[in-house]
Amino acid sequence: MAHSTIRRAAQVLAAAVVMVGPISAIMPAAAEKVLRIANMAEPETLDPHKSSTVDASNILRNLFEGLMVLDPSGNVAPGVAESFSISEDGLTYSFRLRSNAKWSNGEPVTAYDFVYSLRRIEDPKTHSQYAEVLYPIKNAQEVNTGKAAPTELGVAASGPGTVEITLKAPTPYFLQLLTHTSALPVNERAVTRFGDEWLKPGNMASNGAYMLGDVKPNSHVRIVKNPNYWDAAKITIDAAVFDPSEDRAGVLKRYRAGEFDVLRDLPNDQLAWLRQNMPQELHIAPYAGVYFYALNTTKPPFNDKRVRLALSMAINREILVEKITAAGELPAYGFVPDGTANYTPRRAPWRTMSQAQRETAAQKLLSEAGYGPNKPLRFELAYNTSENHKRIAIALAAMWKKLNVSVELVNTEWKVHLSNMRIGNFQMGREGWIADYNDAQSYLFLLQTSTRQQNYSRFSNPEYDRLMDEASVTADAGKRAALLEQAEGILLEEMPVIPIYFYVSKNLVSTKVKGWQDNPLDAEYLRNLSLAEQ
Amino acid sequence: MPADLRAPGTLRFARPAACILVRAILRPRSMLRYSLRRLAGAIPTLFVVMTAAFFMMRLAPGGPFDRDRMLAPEVEANIREAYNLDEPLVVQYGIYLSKLLRGDLGPSFRYQDYTVAELIGNGFPVSFRIGVTAILLALFVGAAFGIAAALRQNSLLDHAVMAVAMIGITVPNFVMAPLMALIIGVYLRWLPAGGYGGGSLRNLVLPTIALALPQIAYVARLTRASMIEVLRSNYIRTARAKGLPGRLVVGRHALRAALLPVVSYLGPATAGIITGSVVIETIFGIPGIGRYFVQGALNRDYTLVMGVVIFYGSLIIVLNLLVDLAYGLLDPKIRYDE
Repeated sequence: MAHSTIRRAAQVLAAAVVMVGPISAIMPAAAEKVLRIANMAEPETLDPHKSSTVDASNILRNLFEGLMVLDPSGNVAPGVAESFSISEDGLTYSFRLRSNAKWSNGEPVTAYDFVYSLRRIEDPKTHSQYAEVLYPIKNAQEVNTGKAAPTELGVAASGPGTVEITLKAPTPYFLQLLTHTSALPVNERAVTRFGDEWLKPGNMASNGAYMLGDVKPNSHVRIVKNPNYWDAAKITIDAAVFDPSEDRAGVLKRYRAGEFDVLRDLPNDQLAWLRQNMPQELHIAPYAGVYFYALNTTKPPFNDKRVRLALSMAINREILVEKITAAGELPAYGFVPDGTANYTPRRAPWRTMSQAQRETAAQKLLSEAGYGPNKPLRFELAYNTSENHKRIAIALAAMWKKLNVSVELVNTEWKVHLSNMRIGNFQMGREGWIADYNDAQSYLFLLQTSTRQQNYSRFSNPEYDRLMDEASVTADAGKRAALLEQAEGILLEEMPVIPIYFYVSKNLVSTKVKGWQDNPLDAEYLRNLSLAEQ
Repeated sequence: MPADLRAPGTLRFARPAACILVRAILRPRSMLRYSLRRLAGAIPTLFVVMTAAFFMMRLAPGGPFDRDRMLAPEVEANIREAYNLDEPLVVQYGIYLSKLLRGDLGPSFRYQDYTVAELIGNGFPVSFRIGVTAILLALFVGAAFGIAAALRQNSLLDHAVMAVAMIGITVPNFVMAPLMALIIGVYLRWLPAGGYGGGSLRNLVLPTIALALPQIAYVARLTRASMIEVLRSNYIRTARAKGLPGRLVVGRHALRAALLPVVSYLGPATAGIITGSVVIETIFGIPGIGRYFVQGALNRDYTLVMGVVIFYGSLIIVLNLLVDLAYGLLDPKIRYDE
């Protein structure tokens, strides 16, 4: 009897194994070269006109090719456009397309595709969340907000081989903008024929080096070489698989087990170990972003400039980036990172002072503002739940404690935090900003009055606004840079935000992968990479 | 012979499996009636859960389209309108319900290329496969350990099993799972450290074991305790006195009664497996629906969270019903038509 019980158990277990089912791994064929990438998250969408996240961009720049692309070091280079010319007033851009550019379905890529695509992203019916990036195009804002018809957008085709784009005002970073996901072309026939289903494998036509192979939500996005790509002969990686797992510690283990060739975004607490054990594979490079604390300038105590300045001065940024963040971040004494195109960043004048001198000066500012041992400064510091943010907040609170300042840390999850920041329900709050394009304006616009709720500090300075407005209509790159630099100078005097550090990109790249070059936008095109046998 | 000395079922039904089958056939009508009554009773429960989830989710600040980069007011209004987010909450609930009645769970706010039904349809087979295997594993391995420990009570084996079980219960799976991935996946390289591999068996071993471990431990402890109790009961003494060999006493008489608490534990075990899958799927990068629970809520993906709540709510109700039916089959004292 006991034996029959055991036998039955064995039968059920066997049935369970059968149920566990088909062993149909997505195993590559032997000769196929497949790059396996641990991306950061499941892309919201593969529609370039609706996406808004970095993880989607990592895939999309390989599926679609815009007029301009980024070269391996992050500079603007010709994409589908073979050449271009800019009118003297800086308002009209004319792009000549490659005659051999094709969609994956074999159709030629024409100027009409770009006209269709730019109209599509600005069309309110598309519900794009990133259409705003292309507002420098004439009438883009009007079209996007329903005040003008899509046909009134400043883009036209003069024949199938030439696209002309007219701008609202000279925009020195416009070519940069064209490398952004939102400026990628989509295939009109695929979109109109399949509707929302055009993003499914088999329906999607793409014009990049790769096309969509196979997709399973939260499992993988597999892209395969596009045989119709104009430069297909030079593409050596046959396919790439993007894994969306978010748990960074988990994917790091899988990378170490040899299951990935590239791992994007690393857990900070593992960096010391990685430096020691995998230095060849660790890629850390400056990344176009700034980590800062916004101060609510409409409420005490941060409506007093002296308090804002004192707290900023008292931070020992060197210690913070060395001991706490520890990924090689750069201490931020200004708001715009080094290496921003056509720009010489301003830095706080007290940068050269020693830490002790800064603390003395900060103490003095605080006592002038009426704070001291009898009336200690108290405030709440809000951050969104994350181990890294917490460690930074604790470290800064400890640094401020020396000035008799007591900080209460308040953490909430991201959406709650964001909502509080927007409605001004905070005193001091953590923020970070990654530039959409490599230009100082992409950072400085955050503190313009016209930025409304996203100007979390509620900073409103007429001179700052005037400089920014003037810069936005100045065609001369040098004059424009000077205006923006002056604006950054005002930020450093007024200190509506406390810049803390400039971001770095953190990747693990297997030594098998050749041609990987770090760049400030952390943008890699697979067409520039190859895989060595190992 | 006094009634309580007679082993239940021993005379009428010598083979438990056959007896279960016969009883199910003999009493189909009362079971069906009972099942229908239970399912009908579940509808208000589900409705309350659904309504609470809908409104509680909307109480949380922030919305599905809040990002770092803020949308222009006209653009935001346009998007909100497209998703009916501009209507009063009660109207939105009405719209949701009317769509739900037509079987439409709506589009996901976060994963815009998919509908909620597609996401659940893609993810559930994965979660199901891992979950069911984990439950079966927990039942068989846990029961085997528990019985072995009970039979050799206070022996070295017993202490060892109970110590391991205690560790299984106290060490949370978010500690155990990464450890297993590190040792077996990274150091030994016996199995993949994560990923689904399109459903390859190799990829499922670690997550399934990690998911089953705490349940194995519970089942082992439960089985041991109830087995010890049953072995002390009068009818077992009678069976022994009749001169039945030990393995028959255990296999034929004691096991069935000893497993009753384990069967009733199946309900909580299922809930444990479902909540455990949230952690395990995240750690091993498994594309099931477990992680939609947490991620959906954090992303304010209203439709996805609702879809998962309704789906899991129904699943738990059905599973609990099945457990109760199975319990009734094992325990003759339970009647459905009372």
